[in-house]
Amino acid sequence: MSDSVSGPLTADSIAGAAYIVAALLFILSLAGLSKHEKARAGVIYGIAGMVIALAATVWLTLQGAWGTGHGLTGLVLLLAAVLVGGAIGLWRARVVEMTGMPELIALLHSFVGLAAVLVGWNGHLEAPALSPDLMAVHHAEVFIGVFIGAVTFTGSIVAFLKLSARMKSSPLMLPGKNAINLGALAGFIALTVWYVNDSQLWLLIVVTILALGLGWHLVASIGGGDMPVVVSMLNSYSGWAAAAAGFLLNNDLLIITGALVGSSGAYLSYIMCKAMNRSFISVIAGGFGIAAPAAADADYGEHREITAQATADMLTNASSVVITPGYGMAVAQAQYPVAELAHQLRERGVNVRFGIHPVAGRLPGHMNVLLAEAKVPYDIVLEMDEINDDLDGTSVVLVIGANDTVNPAAAEDPSSPIAGMPVLRVWEADNVVVFKRSMAAGYAGVQNPLFFRDNSQMLFGDAKQRVEDILRAF
Amino acid sequence: MTRIGIVAELGRETRVAATPATVVQLLGLGYEVVVEKGAGESASFRDDAYEAAGALIVGADEAWGSDVVLRINPPTEEEIGRLADGATLIGSLSPALRPELVEALAARPITALALDAVPRISRAQSMDVLSSMANIAGYRAVIEAAHEFGRFFTGQVTAAGKVPPAKVLVAGAGVAGLAAIGAASSLGAIVRATDPRPEVADQVKSIGGTYLKVEVDEEMKSADGYAKATSEAYNARAAEIYSEQARDVDIIITTALIPGRPAPKLLTAEDVAGMKSGSVIVDMAAGQGGNVEGSVAGERVVTENGVVILGYTDLPARLPAQASQLYGTNMLNLLKLLTKDKDGQLRIDFDDVVQRSVTVVRNGEKTWPPPPVQVSAAPAARTQSPAAESTAPKKKEGLSAAGKAGLFAAGIAALFVVSAVAPAPLPQHFTVLMLSVVVGFYVIGKVHHALHTPLMSVTNAISGIIVVGALLQVTSENPVMQVLAAVAVLLASINIFGGFAVTRRMLAMFSRGDKARS
Repeated sequence: MSDSVSGPLTADSIAGAAYIVAALLFILSLAGLSKHEKARAGVIYGIAGMVIALAATVWLTLQGAWGTGHGLTGLVLLLAAVLVGGAIGLWRARVVEMTGMPELIALLHSFVGLAAVLVGWNGHLEAPALSPDLMAVHHAEVFIGVFIGAVTFTGSIVAFLKLSARMKSSPLMLPGKNAINLGALAGFIALTVWYVNDSQLWLLIVVTILALGLGWHLVASIGGGDMPVVVSMLNSYSGWAAAAAGFLLNNDLLIITGALVGSSGAYLSYIMCKAMNRSFISVIAGGFGIAAPAAADADYGEHREITAQATADMLTNASSVVITPGYGMAVAQAQYPVAELAHQLRERGVNVRFGIHPVAGRLPGHMNVLLAEAKVPYDIVLEMDEINDDLDGTSVVLVIGANDTVNPAAAEDPSSPIAGMPVLRVWEADNVVVFKRSMAAGYAGVQNPLFFRDNSQMLFGDAKQRVEDILRAF
Repeated sequence: MTRIGIVAELGRETRVAATPATVVQLLGLGYEVVVEKGAGESASFRDDAYEAAGALIVGADEAWGSDVVLRINPPTEEEIGRLADGATLIGSLSPALRPELVEALAARPITALALDAVPRISRAQSMDVLSSMANIAGYRAVIEAAHEFGRFFTGQVTAAGKVPPAKVLVAGAGVAGLAAIGAASSLGAIVRATDPRPEVADQVKSIGGTYLKVEVDEEMKSADGYAKATSEAYNARAAEIYSEQARDVDIIITTALIPGRPAPKLLTAEDVAGMKSGSVIVDMAAGQGGNVEGSVAGERVVTENGVVILGYTDLPARLPAQASQLYGTNMLNLLKLLTKDKDGQLRIDFDDVVQRSVTVVRNGEKTWPPPPVQVSAAPAARTQSPAAESTAPKKKEGLSAAGKAGLFAAGIAALFVVSAVAPAPLPQHFTVLMLSVVVGFYVIGKVHHALHTPLMSVTNAISGIIVVGALLQVTSENPVMQVLAAVAVLLASINIFGGFAVTRRMLAMFSRGDKARS
């Protein structure tokens, strides 16, 4: 077949050109997400890029192996794998609940990690004929690719288990956990040097196990509330794993795409950490909550309860309402009644807006997706910085399943463990109604003085039922 | 089951200790509720409204015979006699001012709780009947003044001439004073306020008043949260301010009270004589001796120069429906505290300062006065928001600028060394990697915050590009490699298809307001 291509057009050059086009399309795809209007076009770009890249690769592969026995087996395996994988992917994507989005994404990350491990292993088995210098580089690439892939794999699995509540979300506290992490890293470097000099299979097995263990421990020792950071961090790792595979296979498309995904995840992690006023390292090391809260038993006063009926009256008399949802709304699946509430209030001429804290939920942008699912128009869903200055002068703020993200202690109490974390200043509104199941503290384990303010009242119970009660009371 | 009785008040009192709305919640605490016939009539709560709320309408004797009797005003001797043995009476008993009443209550085997004796701690604010009534009284004082005052409050320019706005002075910016400032300024008047505590200046300003500071180098703040009697120099300067203001303003509302003592005299007869004819003074402290010379408790007095002095002591009762509702809610909150298990059983826990403070008589035994309660209200200088906000975020400083620059330089150097020594294809790969990372950061930085979840799923899909690596290996001659590669292709395919499909599904849900409505 290869002789059908003549002149300067070789299979490799065509594939290379296709890869450049695909890489450009991927960049356009991510750029498309800057605006809601262009987002759907962005996905089309992404799909087009993927189709071009895959077509070019399949063609390139078949070029070399057409007619041989193993080539045919490979083709059959390839088709079967793509069909089965594609079917599973489409099926999961269709049935997933929007509240289950974080779990799905974590699980998908683990697949990339595992695929990277397998590609790395193949890199060891293949052992191309290279000069000694390049051989060393090749070995290092195999090792690094497998290491990142394996950490991503187990890390994502643990994140998935924690998010889907199959595993306790509280952080695992092994003694000397920082030493364990650093030791694993040092071990990895030592093994890499060894492997570069003497590429034994058992070294590869050892490093795979080491990385699997590190990934597991790393994420297991991070609490459920930090999952937005963890998920985006794993997103980043999965990108770097792909980039490492690109180095291994001399494939620029893999490097470009991996770097895009890697920097995307890193940037999201950075945003999340900034939103919590915490250093990335402290989140990764799971160091939060170790410093005991200083004023834990302070007398905050008595909270007041309110009924659904009274809340409904308050809302109908309000001129502006801001709703600040948190993870509790996702847990209670309350997004539909909340959307209906917003809709009815808007019909009555009340100015309703949503204020979303960057770390609300268990995934960056989680709340936005839930509200979009319930058909809340995105132009009334605002970011913390956009709404914070308007809260002073808002008639009623409804806090639905949020706690730490609306805690005045972060702004006012320098001794608080969450001091300095940017929060939604809901207490500046005329009235605050907090939907909550009980008076328990939030993820950070910090008591929330908001509940005891003169202008706040508590509406206890399941968020979904309470919102429905309010709707009935209208 | 414990029965709560709502009894009628005497004389000119128009309020009632529970409204149909609070009755519903009292029932929710597990109590049975009876209401004396006609108890809420003068507050516009009719008997059938109580019945609809779930209470029983009964005669006076039966209501007084309940296990718990709720009242606004202190009972008379004769009424104390009507209480059943072992009963609990809750009301505004003013135990500090009426020792003879405390003795009379202690003579019976009953328990008496004074709702007006809750300590001024933030936890007890929801039961603080003095605050809730003072709020109403402050508002009503302005309304009464407006009624007597023969002019507009707000300034106007009309075809028939210009109308100047009324000037109002409010003495004492406590709860009542602040309510009066708010009401008067929302009617359009120019409002000034005085108070010995300089920290109230912001509160006065926030509701539309101007704070008149008494310039003396002293700061007054008592441990129990009330203003206390102040020093000589201060008093002299304050008296001057009152005299100056009296000549200038049209309306004066005085709210100065010191607990357990007669009200301080703020305005002398001379000051009053200096006021313009037609001016109005509302002396809200008239019941405790008055802030104004010449005011008479409960009466309307007109001075020789035509100044009206109102000494009404029943201001809250002049808004009976509202006052009853707030009083009833305070009462309800106290009962919630006393009925921790919502089982209709009233228990008094003397370890709780609030419960200890309100208890005047327990089972016939006098427990008044309670030990003093220290409140750590606001610190004397209000060092709240701005200062705290600006210092707090700096806590997590991280590296110094020099440290950052050093790290950056080290990184660049390392990159240089690696690229310089690396063999052939590596430097190109690094070039590609570097440029992609930079492009990636710029592109991702522009992504709308609401689209972060779709961003993650789409990057998830494209990180499935690892499939390219697996594809290149799937036709290997080594069967082990083929199988490993096939598994990698399968996993990556799940990612690609699943990631793109779920992204499309999510993006289809985002809709703008006008579209969502159609």
